Formats: sequence, C-alpha cells, structure tokens
Amino acid sequence: MTTMERPVLPKLIGARVKRREDPRLIRGRATYVDDIKLPGMLHLAFKRSDVAHGRIKRIDTSAAEAMPGVVAVFTGKDLMALPGATRPVGARGTYAAKIGAGLPPMPIGTPFPSPDHYAIAPEVVRYVGEPVAVVAAEDRYVARDAVDAIVVEYEELPAVVDPELAMQGQPTVIHEGFPNNLALPYVPMGTGVDPATGQVDNSAIDRAFAEAEVVISQRMVNHRVAPNAMEPRGVVAHWDAGKEFLTIWSATQNPHILKSMVAAVLGLGEHQVRAIAPEVGGGFGCKINIYGEEYVAAALSRILERPVKWIEDRSEAFMATIHGRDLICYLDIAARRDGRILGVKMKLIADIGAYNMLLTAAIPTLTMLMASGTYDIPAIRCELTEVFTNKTPTDAYRGAGRPEATYFLERGMDMLARELGLDPAEVRRRNFIPKEKFPYTTQTGAVYDSGDYEKALDRVLQLAKWDELIAERDRLRAEGRLVGVGLAFYVEVCGLGPSSSLPTGGWEHASVTVERDGRIRATTGASPHGQGNETTFAQMLADLFGVPIEHITIEHGDTGVVRQGIGTFGSRSQAVGGTALMMAGEKVRKKMAKFAAALMDANEEDLVFENGMIYVKGSPSTGKSFAEVARYAYVPVPLPPGLEPGLSEEAFFEPPNNTYPFGAHICMLEIDRETGEPRLLKFFAVDDCGNVINPLIVEGQVHGGLAQGIGQAMFEEVVYGPDGQLLTGSFMDYALPRATDFPWFELDRTVTPTPVNPLGAKGVGEAGTLGSTPAVVNAAVDALSEFGVKHIDMPLRPEKLWRIIHGRGQA
Amino acid sequence: MSDLVPISITVNGRRYELEVEPRLLLVHLLREKLLLTGTHVGCDTSQCGACTVLLDGRSAKSCTVFAVQADGSEVVTIEGLERDGQLHPVQEGFWEEHGLQCGYCTPGMIVSVVDLLNENPNPTEAEIRAGISGNFCRCTGYQHIVKAAQYAAARMRGVSS
Repeated sequence: MTTMERPVLPKLIGARVKRREDPRLIRGRATYVDDIKLPGMLHLAFKRSDVAHGRIKRIDTSAAEAMPGVVAVFTGKDLMALPGATRPVGARGTYAAKIGAGLPPMPIGTPFPSPDHYAIAPEVVRYVGEPVAVVAAEDRYVARDAVDAIVVEYEELPAVVDPELAMQGQPTVIHEGFPNNLALPYVPMGTGVDPATGQVDNSAIDRAFAEAEVVISQRMVNHRVAPNAMEPRGVVAHWDAGKEFLTIWSATQNPHILKSMVAAVLGLGEHQVRAIAPEVGGGFGCKINIYGEEYVAAALSRILERPVKWIEDRSEAFMATIHGRDLICYLDIAARRDGRILGVKMKLIADIGAYNMLLTAAIPTLTMLMASGTYDIPAIRCELTEVFTNKTPTDAYRGAGRPEATYFLERGMDMLARELGLDPAEVRRRNFIPKEKFPYTTQTGAVYDSGDYEKALDRVLQLAKWDELIAERDRLRAEGRLVGVGLAFYVEVCGLGPSSSLPTGGWEHASVTVERDGRIRATTGASPHGQGNETTFAQMLADLFGVPIEHITIEHGDTGVVRQGIGTFGSRSQAVGGTALMMAGEKVRKKMAKFAAALMDANEEDLVFENGMIYVKGSPSTGKSFAEVARYAYVPVPLPPGLEPGLSEEAFFEPPNNTYPFGAHICMLEIDRETGEPRLLKFFAVDDCGNVINPLIVEGQVHGGLAQGIGQAMFEEVVYGPDGQLLTGSFMDYALPRATDFPWFELDRTVTPTPVNPLGAKGVGEAGTLGSTPAVVNAAVDALSEFGVKHIDMPLRPEKLWRIIHGRGQA
Repeated sequence: MSDLVPISITVNGRRYELEVEPRLLLVHLLREKLLLTGTHVGCDTSQCGACTVLLDGRSAKSCTVFAVQADGSEVVTIEGLERDGQLHPVQEGFWEEHGLQCGYCTPGMIVSVVDLLNENPNPTEAEIRAGISGNFCRCTGYQHIVKAAQYAAARMRGVSS
C-alpha cells in the first residue's frame, strides 16, 4: 500500500480551476427556492399599494376570501401588534388566538433612530408596492386572482418625491417624529470632526479653501438603480407544530442573520429556527436584507400550520426589493495650480426612500469613509443628511456607498485636470498616497492596509496603450466623430469587517472534518450565490491536505449544517471566510499529523501532506496514505497520549481591519452626433485584489462588476413620477444591459497582498462597479468637450446627449 | 375556475397527455406539472429569457406561450440536452469557459446558444452577442458566455479548441 505509485497532484491555489458548482447548474438540476415543493404547501400573494402615500380608509377582502381555493386573507391590522389584531380573521376560521401579540415592527441593523415599519402596512402606505394584505391559497394562480379581488380605498396624501424639497418638509412629512423628513439630520465626518463628541472645527478645511489657487465645484447625482438579481426573492416556510420548529428556505445572502431575525420577530428562540439558502440566483446586496415577506411567510406557516411559499414577480421586485445608490453630492475641491489637492468637501444628501431597512442608514456613511479615494488629501469635510421620501427603501447594492464616493471624487479629478489643462492620469499621479505611506489613515478615519497605486496606474496605461488611445481619439475626432476617453481610479473597502463595524459581528466561521475514509467535508458561514466558493475553498483545502479536489465538499447556506456564520456581502468571503476555513483546516491538519506521527513513529514536524500521502520529508515511499491515517484517527488503537479521537475542528476568524483593494479603469466611448446614442468602444481594467486563489473566478467577478457599473453609467435608472408612481417597473422600461451593449473587456492585475489576513486576499466582488461608472462618464464628457460640457448626470440617455449636441441645453 | 383543455405534448422525447387550464403558461406546465424545474422564470414581460426552451426546434420564451398553444408540439428543455449522459457541447462550453455564476439565467442562455449555433454554426462575436441579446445575465457581463458559445461552436464544427 505504502509503496504504491501515486499521481502527483498539482498545486491548486492560483490555478484556473473549473467550477465545481457548474454541473448541477448547466444540467438544470440545481434547486432554487421556487423549485421546492412541500406536501400541503400554500402559495402566498401580496396586495400592494398602488399609491405612493396614503391612509387606508377601507380594505374589503370578502370577495377574495370567498374564492374557492383561498385559505386565508390577512391585512396589516390582522397580523400586526395593533388594535384590531384580535378580531377573527380568515375565510376558514379564527386565527386570532394563534396570532397572539402579533408581528412587531421590523428590526433594523443600524443604531440610528427609525420609524416603525410593519411587514404589512396597517394604516398608512408610504411607497408604491408596500404590502397592504396577503392571501394564502392552494394554488399560485388562485392567490393572484384573490389579490386582484381585494378592494382598497385610500385617502391619498401628498407624495414626497424630491429629496431636497423633502428636507424642508415639503410637500408634507412622511413619518411622525421625523421633522422635515430627516432620517439623519446631519452627520459630519473628516478633518476637524471629533467622532466622540461630534464637535466640529472648521479651521483646517477653511484654510485649505482659502489657500486654493483653483476651486472645482459641482452638484452631481449618483442616481437610484435596481439590483435585479436574475432570481427574484422567494421564501418557503414550514412550521413543525409538533416540534415547535421553523424551517425557512429563502433566497438570501445570509441565512444565519435570517435565522436570528426571524426568531426575534416571531418570539422564538434561535434554537427553534433553521434557515436555508438553497441555490440562490444572485444577490448583489439586495438579498442581505430580511424582508417583510419572510416574516409574514414564517408567521402564516405557524398560524395556518401549513407550509407556505411566496415567489416574487419581477414587477414586484422593482417595487418591493431594495434599490441602490440615490445620493446627491455637492462637491468642492481646493487645489494648487500644479494639481495638488489641498482640501475636499462633500455635502451629501441621501434619498433613502420610505423606511430604514437593515443597513439603509449606514450605506451613505461608507461614501464619507471613502471620500479620500486613492489620494493623500490633507483636509476633508463630509456632511451627510438622509431623507425619507415616498419611494422604495434603499440599501446595499454592489459596492454600497463606495461606488458613490468613487464616482464623485473621480468626476472631480477629471474636472480638475480639465480646468488645469493637465493629463487626467498625471493629476491623479500627483495626488496618490505614496506606497511607503501604508498603512495610511485618511482624514475620514479609514486605515488603508496596503497599496501601490502608481503601479496599477502604469499597468492600465500600458494595457490601454494610453498615448495611442489618445491619438486614435484625436484622429476620429478629426473625422468629425464624437469620441472620448475616460480614466478613473478607485479604492474599495472590503473584507467586512471587524465586529466593531458590523451589528451582526464581523467574523466568519468554518469547520473542517476529515471523514473516516479520508474524504473532507467543510462548512463555511459565507453563503455564496454565484461567487464560486465551493471551488475556491476546495482549492485551498486540496493544497493544505495534499488530496484531490474531488475528495472535498464545501457545504454552506444551511444553519442546520453550518453551525455559525455571518454571510456573503461586502466582498468578504475570501478574506474573512477563507481565512476562517484555513484556520479550521490547519487545526485538523495539525491533529492529523499527530496521529500520523504516532502511526509512523515519526516526528510530526517532519511530516509532509502531499499527493494523497503523509510522509516524512524526503522519503515519500515510507509514508501512509491520507485515508489510512484518517481511519486510525477514528479507530485509534492505541490512542496516542493527549489526543482525542476524530478529525473535526472549527474556527472563527475576526479580522483586525478591513481590506482596501484598488484599481484603474480606462474606456473609449463614442456618441452618435445625429442620435445622441452612446456606444462603448473599448474597456480596460486593472484590478488589485491582493493574492488570488482562482484567476478564472476573479475575472468573472470583475466582468460582472464592470457590467453593473457601466449599466448604471449608461442605461439603468429607477424613475419616479411627480406623484411618486414608479415609472420603471419592468424590464420594458428599466434598461438592463444586454450582451450587445458591451465591448470586449481587457483585464490585467497587479498583486499587492494585504497584511490583514494570512491569505493576503482582499476581495473582488464589488470592485468592477467602482471604477467603471466614472470612467464611462469621464469619457462621455470628454467626447462632448467641444460643446463646453463640464458635467453630465448619469445615465447617458441618448436624449440627454442629443440635447447637448444640438444646443437645447441639458435635459 | 375555467374548464380544462386536453393537450398532447412531447417534452424531452417523452409524450404527455394532459388536461390544463387554458391560461396555464408553458413554463408553469413544465415546472409545476412535469417537475422540470431547470427552466426558470426571471421576469413577467418576456424580456429576460430565463425561461427559454426549444419549441419545435426553435428557441421560445416559455413564459409567453400558453400550454394549450404548445399542443402537438415538441419541447426540449435544459434537462433534455444531454445525450447518453454526455453534456451537450454548449453545456460543456459554459463549464469550460466559466460562462455562469449564479446559474439562474444559465438554462435559458444555454438553450438560446443551442438555437443560435443550429442556425449559424460559425458565428462572429457580434453575431453571438446579438444571438443572446434576448437573454439577461446579471452576473457575468456576458464575456465568458461569448467564449462559451465560441468553444461550443468550435466543438460542434469538429475543431479542437
């Protein structure tokens, strides 16, 4: 056995390993929430408000309740902890007793004050799409018919749509106790601000502007977009009345947070809830939240003692799944004529929609945190105001606060370059934080871990052949074409994060078990939904244990299997989850080495794990097979002194800091002079996410991020009418980018490892959305430079560009 | 409740005689009645293409076809593309070239590429992009899907890649 020839296993970290998730997905054999069917399962459908702001005068559910196949109809008052909750409800009997105290307002995850927000609005609706009733029926089609049969009368109230009017309490105030619609009245950050007391000293920032030789000032809007994961939200809830135990399947990015919050809202212990994220069809931040529909599904399963399912339509998703961005910035940059920046002011107004969701209030604070970008700026002052409007709530969308900061600052850098007649690359280079200054603390308190910005800039200029690109632009312009080139630099905050920065805790958990036959089963608290961690994490363990990757299974997304966890968001899986996995793996390896040492009468420090063998360094032929040592660990006769049987360990990793990946994007864009239609001709991206486990997966992550960042710049926009009606409520009106909208993306990387975790990995999930958006708008402004354009608000709709070209003013 | 209508439909080579509501969508017939859940629903306006199947050999968005309209037709879904346990070259291409991330759009996307390559065995990059422009993907930025289609096209023409 020990002398048998064994194949040499290649090292997998850093290799382009094909994904292990793919076979089930490409064969149509994966199980998403909507693929789950339980015996006796009911289907839920929600009646949603069709007015932006109104008081419910009357809800008539009688016709719906009378329909064959309808089991129950609940209004907000029926279900919530309010007067009226004790009345008998439902078509088939009285459920009041089981409702008990009713569902309380939904919890949020930030420490800021927040108005009550019920899963189903009991009295006042505050955005189009807010639920006002729920139907449970035997069939999905019947549930929808019943929803259409519910009649709601509203006393309409004025709709609050414009955030800058809303701040003055106009046309009305949405929430009692929040005068002038201010969710967060005024939060300063940066130079001269004492974070402990909130005391503000203006002397440094005033001095910077007093000494400035040039000042750039611009109002910009980073507009509202819809995340649009291709799988809409969905939930299946099953209350086991015998065991008093709830199992909830949900299209979520963080089943452990779902478990905690559903338990809290339903008044259960966390030991009574198992949350499962089955196959999840994309998230991009919008599936971090725990939504009203999840609480309602859980409550109804408990009340009706039947499994229930709710699957969101795309039209519902546009109204009822969180939106992203929506931030106004008044930017001022003070600089010298050589391009050196002396100070930056950002006055930010966030239109957060009708309610605070899980992280809503915190997202724009990340914009302030990242206001320094990649630049050594001696004085920064940010001021943030968050405003309620009658719109869908905002929350985390890929990048979450950092793309906004990057967009404002990188637009400003281009304006500065243009004002001074400097090359846009040069003005950035003159302000970069030099690599010897890391770790670098910004004026807004971020501690950048590591960086080499000049290297990334040089690399992207080389990749794009910058000088040739400019020459090509000029040649095309000479032919009368409107062509522009755009550059943008970015730095991200990733690897979220120390527990001090996250209300859920900022660690991640992992467990690694070597089974009796030598196969390895590992769990991670990260909850991938497209990121490929079943592959990357297996690559890491394959190298650690020297076994074939096929012998490793990574389990995730089930609180019944994964003991603890936080989840997948903020580009944290590899940096935080991956480190926890390595820690657990190393514990098992160490213990396994002790068993092997006992078995082979060797010194454990001398052992090598390689090619499915454990052997003394230098003499592979005398080793034991990995499986043989595993068997011995479970039938340890004799048991080596000081060892417990078995090979199963777990670990929590608490990162000491966030990570700060960075990069540079360049693009070339043409605008049709006749129609105003923009077309992206070329795109180059250099991203530095530290050490890379699987370059193939990293490329995929960058591509996807670029598509979303370019999508925001060029096509996507959530639009509300003056009455608060959502005008972009389907893919007919919301322009999601298609394959024909993109050129070939040319990618390259630099590698600057982080000292924050032993893997040196920083995270890459969101990076693409940061640089691409300002790069595209910078290119568009460049293309229209002959018209004296200083700034264009996104998205680059042809009509808007046509008006500029044809002298009809900005749209 | 409306009266049920008898239909006869062949799905992945198997013939079914069924009685369905006239308003039942083909995608719901496949998913709910035949338990072929590989075909997904990603929108309600025929824009996203997640529900794409082959209907009498051509790609069709099964959310926009009533089951009764498919009476007498032959349907191939993602589950029906493999032959003798071997992946279809397009499926293989998606795996080889990392043409998917979350996988939700993937079955419809693969079926659209199959249809494209049936029509045009040697498409240019622009023709591939146009060919899949009825399918949304939110994860990949489409580039690896284009490569997957190129891989499959080469395989199906007998060119080793």
